Amino acid sequence: MSNTLTTKNGKPRATVAASDPKIPNLTPEQLEEFGDELDAIRQRILADLGEEDAAYIRKIVKRQQQFEIAGRALFYLPPAWPLAVAALSVSKILENMEIGHNVMHGQYDWMGDPKLNSRIYDWDTMAPGENWKYGHNYIHHTYTNILGKDRDIGYGILRMDEDQKWRPYYLGNPLYAFLLMIFFEEGVALHDLEVDRIKTGERTWEETKKVGKPIIRKVRKQVLKDYVLFPALTGPFFLSTLAGNAVANIVRNIWSFNIIFCGHFPAGVATFTEEECENETRGHWYYRQLLGSANITGGKLFHIMSGNLSHQIEHHLFPDIPARRYPEAAVEVRALCEKYGIEYNTGGLTKQLWTVARKILRLSLPTRTRNTDPAPAAPADADLVAA
Amino acid sequence: MGTITTKLLGSKAVAALTSPHGVDRYLEMFNPMWAATEVRARVVSIHRENPDAVGSAPVATLTLQPTSTWRGHRAGQYVQVGVELPGSARRMTRCFSISSAASLPGERITLTIRANDEGQVSKFLVNAQPGQMLHLSQAEGEFTLHESAATPTNNHLVMISGGSGITPVMAQIRTLLRDGYDGRANRKVTFIHFARSEQDQIFAEELAAVAEGDNHIDVHLHYGDATFSEFELRRLVPDFKNTDTWACGPGGLIELIRAAYGEENPRLRVEFFKPPAFSTGAAGGDVSFTRSGESAENTGATLLEQAEALGLKPEFGCRMGICFSCVKTKTDGTVRNVLTGEESSLPDEEVRICVTSPVGDCSIDL
Repeated sequence: MSNTLTTKNGKPRATVAASDPKIPNLTPEQLEEFGDELDAIRQRILADLGEEDAAYIRKIVKRQQQFEIAGRALFYLPPAWPLAVAALSVSKILENMEIGHNVMHGQYDWMGDPKLNSRIYDWDTMAPGENWKYGHNYIHHTYTNILGKDRDIGYGILRMDEDQKWRPYYLGNPLYAFLLMIFFEEGVALHDLEVDRIKTGERTWEETKKVGKPIIRKVRKQVLKDYVLFPALTGPFFLSTLAGNAVANIVRNIWSFNIIFCGHFPAGVATFTEEECENETRGHWYYRQLLGSANITGGKLFHIMSGNLSHQIEHHLFPDIPARRYPEAAVEVRALCEKYGIEYNTGGLTKQLWTVARKILRLSLPTRTRNTDPAPAAPADADLVAA
Repeated sequence: MGTITTKLLGSKAVAALTSPHGVDRYLEMFNPMWAATEVRARVVSIHRENPDAVGSAPVATLTLQPTSTWRGHRAGQYVQVGVELPGSARRMTRCFSISSAASLPGERITLTIRANDEGQVSKFLVNAQPGQMLHLSQAEGEFTLHESAATPTNNHLVMISGGSGITPVMAQIRTLLRDGYDGRANRKVTFIHFARSEQDQIFAEELAAVAEGDNHIDVHLHYGDATFSEFELRRLVPDFKNTDTWACGPGGLIELIRAAYGEENPRLRVEFFKPPAFSTGAAGGDVSFTRSGESAENTGATLLEQAEALGLKPEFGCRMGICFSCVKTKTDGTVRNVLTGEESSLPDEEVRICVTSPVGDCSIDL
């Protein structure tokens, strides 16, 4: 059976995730209504933004700074090394997830505070904010899970979807994923270089230089801070501080990698083709964001430490709304999903991670073609040409 | 804080250590008056300037103690003041002329502010309490005296102001009297001011004292319907077109003065306040892209589309209001967010041009 996505004028255009019967077929009218309802949620939350949201992000920044001060200071006490690493890891996770990622999304631009402004803030990681905002805020959030267009972390190095053609290189899928997890910071920084596209000639040397220079500058800055200045400040404990900073960065890497990979790669998350998404309506865009993202359940602290990216679905529907509002939006989004019969992909961290791991392993081998697959490509394409 | 401490805290090494937030985020945790790079100020006192005024907005002078990062100001400059209004958490930033004489780094300054009906920030400031912290910029603006009061000269200076436009001119007169010998300006100064009424005249006592004193300054105050006339100016200063002149006031007054001096007269320096923008509720009016110098009739389309129609190539991304690639500053006019329908007339507001359309006249820094 195949499910059909439709254009503005109601013509069936292409099929989506035909192998997954759980994805419902919404009529153009339904899609429009669905979009309007999500717009209404968005509007309501935007109108309600105010002092509480400002106080919240300021409090998180303050906490993060306290953890950072504690972590940096504890390196002067060698027996407290594990504590120092722990405090610094928490600080780095909070900064990257709940502060950096969200502030750089413009979620707090409305406050008019230059310290929390997406155009000014540059997070504590090797990826320069300028590059990341282009690749993430624009490309990934606009073209979410459209193969060949979404250049979110993963697609460049790993095989994360059956529709990516298998090559022997992908036998190393699990190994690459593991290395990417450990060196996530470096991976994200280099990601915007789009090395694969330099190789294929899609990207010129000039363009690469423009992206590369800020990376070199930012990497230098981060290395100077974590591996030269702070270790030097602890004098005789230079090496133990350096090691501690490295471990904290890796702890943060592992955590971010896991949260982020649970956002778009668990079982049941749909991917799309470029043709399916041409001239899409706002309702269709919302629909694709919903089908292309997955949540992780957990307690309040877990949500904060994940920068509320545990609500990846709500984040993708409303990327510019302060993340602390996602849990409240989730209640309404879930109700909408039930109304339209769309599956709301959520589960515990272990469950979601397990399905991601299985996917990484499974896709390292060539995909066996299934006989049950219908062959809808031809009529869909014909329709496209006609339109 | 001492200069060495400030220098050290403002160094690149400390910036690297305290990234991404910067050293000021740590300093302010301990004391709101500690800063290494940014400028803040504490309200020391507030003095109501026109307690007897009837039917006109209250005016108050705020004495501010800036942080040690304040680099001082030249008479006639202004400063951007940022406040988080209670209940909204949104920081609003507005420009105010400094009314006190030129200051050295770290010195106190005063702002004299009229609480306009429309002005949320000015209303808040006029009613602020001592102890209130404000965000400041460094002093800005070129509406300044170019000569030192300490050096006597034969140059004749003319100052013309209207309403609240008196503040930067007052700063200049105060600087001349403070820095000259024996409380004299040491050059001939003709000061002409237009106010709504005698009760509405701010700095009235000080102006009376200046007028009476033997200080080389002539004061001419006009009230009510009196407007600027070239004839009268010529009577006071026959060669005014060749005399260094500073004029500050509402747009209408400045237009009259400009006409009298002739276009592009280098002797005339002006500063004026913009009238508040009002929404016309529809398309129409003109859209100006000030940086590129392009303008056209407002078609009602989004600012991004209108800019592109004029052949401009502003940066953009998603074109649906989610990625913030296309944010630009709207300097003037009213705009509507096409997603929410919300209209806004705030000056110097950052907008996503892909989901913002102008309502009536509008200027964008693009």
